[in-house]
Amino acid sequence: MSSFLTQEVPISWYLLLSAVLFSLGVIGFLIKRNLITVFMSIELMLNAVNLSFVTFAHQWHAVKGQIFVFFVMMVVAAEAAVGLAIIIAVFRARATLAVDRIDLMKL
Amino acid sequence: MHLILFFVFAGFCLAGAINLLLQSHPINSALSLIVVMTSLAVLYLLLGAEFLAAAQVIVYAGAIMVLFTFVVMLLNAGREERTLGSRTARSVGFPAVVAILAVIATVILKAQGLGVATLGEGLTNAKGSTNIEVLSGVLFHELLLPFEVTSILILIAILGAVALASRGDGPHGSRERMGGE
Amino acid sequence: MSAPLHLWLIPLLPFAGFLLNGILGRRLPKWIVTAVALLAPAAAFGLVLNAALGLFGIGPAPGSFSSLPYVETCPLPWIDIGALHVDFSFVLDQLSLVMLLVVTGVGFLIHVYSVGYMSHEEGYARYFSYLNLFLFFMTVLVLAGNALVMFVGWEGVGLASYLLIGFWFRKTSAADAGKKAFIVNRIGDFGFLIGMFLLLANFGTLTFTEIATKLGQDPGWQGGVVTVIALCLLLGATGKSAQLPLYVWLPDAMEGPTPVSALIHAATMVTAGVYMIARTHVLFDHSPFALSVVAIVGAATALFAATIGLVQNDIKRVLAYSTISQLGYMFLGCGVAAYSAAIFHLVTHAFFKALLFLAAGSVIHAIGGEQDLRRMGGLWKRMPFTFAVTTVGVLAIAGFPPFAGFFSKDAILYAAYLHGANGKALWFVGVVTALLTSFYMFRLWYLAFLGKPRGEDAPHHATPWSMLGPLVILALLSICGGWIGIEPSGGLSNWTNWINMERFSGFLAPAVGANAAEGGSAGLELILSGAAVGVALLGWLVAHLFYRQKSRLPAQAAAALPGGYKLLANKYYVDEFYGAAVVKPLLAISTYLLGWVVDKALLGGAAWLLGGVATFAGALLQRWQSGNIRSYAAWLAAGAAAVLLFLVVPWPDVLASLSAIHLGAAGH
Repeated sequence: MSSFLTQEVPISWYLLLSAVLFSLGVIGFLIKRNLITVFMSIELMLNAVNLSFVTFAHQWHAVKGQIFVFFVMMVVAAEAAVGLAIIIAVFRARATLAVDRIDLMKL
Repeated sequence: MHLILFFVFAGFCLAGAINLLLQSHPINSALSLIVVMTSLAVLYLLLGAEFLAAAQVIVYAGAIMVLFTFVVMLLNAGREERTLGSRTARSVGFPAVVAILAVIATVILKAQGLGVATLGEGLTNAKGSTNIEVLSGVLFHELLLPFEVTSILILIAILGAVALASRGDGPHGSRERMGGE
Repeated sequence: MSAPLHLWLIPLLPFAGFLLNGILGRRLPKWIVTAVALLAPAAAFGLVLNAALGLFGIGPAPGSFSSLPYVETCPLPWIDIGALHVDFSFVLDQLSLVMLLVVTGVGFLIHVYSVGYMSHEEGYARYFSYLNLFLFFMTVLVLAGNALVMFVGWEGVGLASYLLIGFWFRKTSAADAGKKAFIVNRIGDFGFLIGMFLLLANFGTLTFTEIATKLGQDPGWQGGVVTVIALCLLLGATGKSAQLPLYVWLPDAMEGPTPVSALIHAATMVTAGVYMIARTHVLFDHSPFALSVVAIVGAATALFAATIGLVQNDIKRVLAYSTISQLGYMFLGCGVAAYSAAIFHLVTHAFFKALLFLAAGSVIHAIGGEQDLRRMGGLWKRMPFTFAVTTVGVLAIAGFPPFAGFFSKDAILYAAYLHGANGKALWFVGVVTALLTSFYMFRLWYLAFLGKPRGEDAPHHATPWSMLGPLVILALLSICGGWIGIEPSGGLSNWTNWINMERFSGFLAPAVGANAAEGGSAGLELILSGAAVGVALLGWLVAHLFYRQKSRLPAQAAAALPGGYKLLANKYYVDEFYGAAVVKPLLAISTYLLGWVVDKALLGGAAWLLGGVATFAGALLQRWQSGNIRSYAAWLAAGAAAVLLFLVVPWPDVLASLSAIHLGAAGH
């Protein structure tokens, strides 16, 4: 039992977790019908990628990995601000947040 | 210790992610996402990225998700409606996701040279230098320019958000209209 | 040759005249146009004359005839593909020298005549530019050293003929006549082309001298493919020289101005066929069958056209059918291998036929455009000069000695009589034709000039000197032209030398082969000549009976054979036959088969189909761009998955193992 407890976690498990989180994000992007929820799935995908960056930074003792995550966070913050502003503008124009109803771009 | 912590917080991550998918009200999805974020912060700590863990909590969970929650409440988004749906999303999208997951998993499992994550081992093994010291050493020396540019990027994003979200008739217009609804 | 002859200038100067008058003529004053137009043929004639005199040993740089043939090749290559090698080459030998003298000399005279005849026409500059163009192409044809250059000239004279026949293009009949001439010529040109292809396939070259050498080397070239080539070339010659069955364009070509009829359709262009046969005589010599076909075609055409000419009422039509008939004589001469006799008749015919046409033009010009013989008469008082030269022309064509026509016609008939099995029959046809020729020419003479005036008092248009001058020269040539064949040495005891043309045929022999008249004697020649003259006199007598006195014989003869008269007057209905048998089916095919089936159904349908496919594909693809974000996202994910798969999976190994499995499974 103690050996089990003191066992280390293989790097590949972190990476698998990251992959699974990413796929869950894609699935969410595909099946959710509310615009805000779709946006949240995108955030989930980004976080999964962040996790894999940090994992690799730990694996190879590379500080650049963590710095990349830092920058990603900054950009995501900006992106979230702008994206939500767009969602508000769309809501004002179409009075709905259903993804399927916002199809003005169809031929 | 490491293993238990990993299992617990990885479990929280997965649970939160799946809950995000299953909930129909966006506010519940937002709260699940917050759970995911904080669990990830703990995982960062396990991987020796202390600064990032803090940043994750402050920025992601504390700012971005709050923003999401504000917007959900602002727009009074209700439960998701049963709309037409898209057959393409199911028939083309799901196999694609499965394929992506399979490919990445295969690559990960087949990769050589991946070791184990050692608890407490940071970026450097040197005594006396902390994670944040190393980080800031690189950040403010080599990558000063991207750092400054990023700050300008955020400034632009703020301006853009204000411009997009405001109504046409003046900066006070939105407050009056929104208050009336 | 001690001095270069610059043969290339001979065609080039008329071409320069064509360009100048054609492009700038409308803006230049009339005297400049005339000067340019006359300078070109005069200069060309001068060059030819210079070359001729030089060859005869006269002049600053004398050469001799042994230096012929004189070849000039353009240094720039023309066609050089694989084994095919064709150059722009001009050749001067005795044959082309004679032909060039005729073409440029008579051409120049007709240019001078046209100055007076066309002086009141509005397309003055255009006329002369076309005339110069014709001269350019004709000289190219004559000087050609190989069949392809000759073909260029061949087609070009056809073009010039079309342009000039349809000169008054606003008149529908003239435009139609131009088209008819060009199209019928085209049929003949097709034969020429096939002949050229066969020449290339069998001899590998188109140069005349090389073909002659190749034919001479191998005695196996006899009949067979040589006959086919000769017959194809003959088809081309029948088109250009208006023989059966492609003569139908020449009577219609009289719609053009009279000097054009004189130059192109009497003296030069229509003789191109005869010239071509003389040029390629080696081929015909090796194929007796083709030669006999030539002779039969010539004799038949001569008789056929003469019968039609008996009852025509338009003065130019009579002369046109007369031309066809005389060309038949030339073909007959070629067909009995008497090429020099045919060329001799070509030369004399150029003189007197051009004379007759120009005189007819003078008549038409003077009486205000009237061309119907029935409305002419008594013109000898008003136009004595024209009357005199016409008399000379009529005597010449009828074959009275010592005028030019006698010598040349006689030579042909003599050679025909002596030629093989059909010779006597051919001779007989020739003699009958001579009778008919004499009859209808004198008919024309009587109807137009003698008797009481039948036409209304037309305005008398005086004939200018520019028109009279060439008439004089041509009349003189019609008188003396036959004398060049005379060998006066030996005095009166060798009097046969006075009537045969040994000297001329000896002159041409290096170019066209020796005159193959064997087995004759002086006595036979005298008898045959006498028969020919007698027949001419008989024709005159009959014409005198019919037309001099105011007799009702013509009307009675027409009434006695109404069907025959109608047949002749309507030219044996050949045009109508061609219209029904050839033109109508072609039109039907074009309208129904090509117009409906190919154009509307096939091509239109194909275009419609393409459009339909594009529209359909567009409609299909339109559904893809639905505006639905989720489906876009799905495709995004699919694309990302595809890229990942492509990058990660080691495809060569996968495909190898797959094929190994497949082969392994198939092997069992």
